[in-house]
Amino acid sequence: MWLSEKHEKFRMKIREFAEAEIEPVSAQIDENAEFPHENIKKLGEMGIMGMVVPQEYGGTGDDMISYAITVEELSRVCGSTGITVAAHNSLAVYPLFLFGNEKQKKKYVPPLARGEKLGAFGLTEPGAGSDAGATKTSAVLKGDHYLINGSKCFITNASFGETLVITARTDPGKGSKGISNFIIEKSMPGVKVGKKENKMGLRGSDTAELHFEDVQVPKENLLGKEGEGFKQFLITLDGGRISIGAMALGIAQGAYEKSLKYAKERIQFDQPITNFQAIQWKLSDMATQIEAARHLIYSAAQLKDQGKPYIKESAMAKLYASEIGRWVTYQAIQILGGYGYLREYPVERYFRDIKLCEIGEGTSEIQRLVIAREILK
Amino acid sequence: MEFELNEDQRMFQEAAREFASERLAPLAQEFDEKEEIPKEIYTELSELGYLGMMLPEEYGGSGMDFLCYILVMEEFAKACAALEISISVHNSLVCDAIYRFGTEKQKKKYLPRLAKGELFGAYSLTEPTAGTDAGSLKTTAVLKGDHYVVNGTKTFVTNAGIADVVILFVLTNPEAKSRGISCLIIEKGFEGFNVGLKEKKMGIRGSDTRELSFENCQVPKDNLLGEENKGFKLALTLLEPSRTAVGAQALGIAQAALDEAVKYSKERVQFGQPICNFQGIQFKLADMATKIDAARLLVYRAAYLHDKNVKCTREASMAKLYASEVANWVVNEAVQIHGGYGYMKEYAVERYFRDARVTEIYEGTSEVQRIVISRDLLK
Repeated sequence: MWLSEKHEKFRMKIREFAEAEIEPVSAQIDENAEFPHENIKKLGEMGIMGMVVPQEYGGTGDDMISYAITVEELSRVCGSTGITVAAHNSLAVYPLFLFGNEKQKKKYVPPLARGEKLGAFGLTEPGAGSDAGATKTSAVLKGDHYLINGSKCFITNASFGETLVITARTDPGKGSKGISNFIIEKSMPGVKVGKKENKMGLRGSDTAELHFEDVQVPKENLLGKEGEGFKQFLITLDGGRISIGAMALGIAQGAYEKSLKYAKERIQFDQPITNFQAIQWKLSDMATQIEAARHLIYSAAQLKDQGKPYIKESAMAKLYASEIGRWVTYQAIQILGGYGYLREYPVERYFRDIKLCEIGEGTSEIQRLVIAREILK
Repeated sequence: MEFELNEDQRMFQEAAREFASERLAPLAQEFDEKEEIPKEIYTELSELGYLGMMLPEEYGGSGMDFLCYILVMEEFAKACAALEISISVHNSLVCDAIYRFGTEKQKKKYLPRLAKGELFGAYSLTEPTAGTDAGSLKTTAVLKGDHYVVNGTKTFVTNAGIADVVILFVLTNPEAKSRGISCLIIEKGFEGFNVGLKEKKMGIRGSDTRELSFENCQVPKDNLLGEENKGFKLALTLLEPSRTAVGAQALGIAQAALDEAVKYSKERVQFGQPICNFQGIQFKLADMATKIDAARLLVYRAAYLHDKNVKCTREASMAKLYASEVANWVVNEAVQIHGGYGYMKEYAVERYFRDARVTEIYEGTSEVQRIVISRDLLK
């Protein structure tokens, strides 16, 4: 593709690491639904947990393309690791860096960027999914602190995340303009981790509820200004979508490679099944769609790197990559036949893992809404 | 054309619906999570006549016609696809095989006990290197005196761990390839017959899938089912109804997913209204229902033809192909309508999504169905 040699070299570095260190444990992480602590620790040492912020805040200051490459390559071998990195970087580190004041950035970003702490983003609530503006979690100013009450659900990194960016309603009368974002430390009294979710896929990733009961959050932990929360999380999600697209792309690429290898080796009717046109055409379509998704993702990333508008493009990249990705993993299973249905073979996991990409950080329905809104404005 | 079910069919359908929704559906998640279906369930099924559904009463069966059976399977699949496939194999691939191809002696020996649930059945054709190319079996049976000596390995055998009787396909004349295949009735306890470890699957996790291996396993000559070297034809004959049955399974899963999606979309409020108010959701539901009805008509047609003793190879393949593809499309949309909840095991659609996937694989992949259909068109 059109990526620079520098980027392709970077890809090989991440790929080598992912194949050597992560792939050998990815099936076990899934089967035991265990969080990949070791993977994340190693990635922290490599600077991956602070890719999206400059060195002065403990990061590596990489561009969006490099970040997308990283998520793609990690997800190519382990979706659970991919989403953990994506949620940490795009949804916690990035908004803190983007919207935080200097004091907040100095305090919260470096430990996250160095991988010493994990970050989480609390937006979704039981009654506020696609309608994220319907947040009910409340933040009431009392002297020098806000009193926060409410519940969040489906929060990635909720159990192991220590620094949380949370949306809450500061002005009940103002609808989406009455939402603000807060930096909450897990150790603050009243923060409770709720039920751990038992998921279809990405079973190694940490998804749980967060509950806030009269949590006293210092006033200085307000991110930006009151009422800016809705705008902030839309901007956060615009970037996050590129990484979810990259995650879908990586899973699809992994499934495609595994099924291609299998098809070349699998003998039926006295010949490799790649001799059959039905299999050839499937593989052709898989490769073509992956390539198209890759271009959408990296061009959205490039737009962001160039400081150009990318709202429509990131929604398209996520929508397309997650939908074709599911189709690709579906066909990968089909090529493996009965073996594809067994947990012993990674394509089975890829199929379960990728389904989340059509749901998380805005369902496909929401992406279509975002795209339509951009087209029609 | 007749679009009405007769009284018998309606009665069996309603009884199955009641039992499946009240007794099985509440347990389905547990079967899935534990990857096991407890024995008591099978006992209950036998008491209700679900283990000899199509057998005549003289063999202890319930005497259903094939369409009745398909209606029952659809209802069972709505509640629990793992249990459905388990008893579907028992009924349409084991009981039916012995009933249609067995000698009177074999029928008397096995059928009443199978119908009563004293014996449970499995069916074993696939091998590690003979999947879609089912004619390329390597498991051999050599006749020595009054015994066959069987050697080889079978894979993806549904009910393998709980079966007492296995309908096994073997090569009796290796040179003749698919014309040298025979069918044997294997009993648990035959020396040299080993059952492997339970496979860990994506879905239908309550069903017991394993490898079987045979090391100089001695099988009495009397246990030959049908004629020697005519086993492949026997397998193909059985595939017509069993493919229609997988179609019914897919149909049941799809219907259950649609039912859940309709219910959820009416209850789920976003943007100040139930999400079923949004056209994006309405059109999804409309497409789901339309495709399910089309699949249902194909499945019922194949069953109807089978009951009339009309050859329906193409129609059975079409029913299975279409219903399984529709089911997978429908379950995906059902998860999508549930949003994040659809990805969680607490919600039934998560299981439907995993269960539906296998319907495009077993009893001939979708690719095999397309081969069968096109071969019939082009002959």
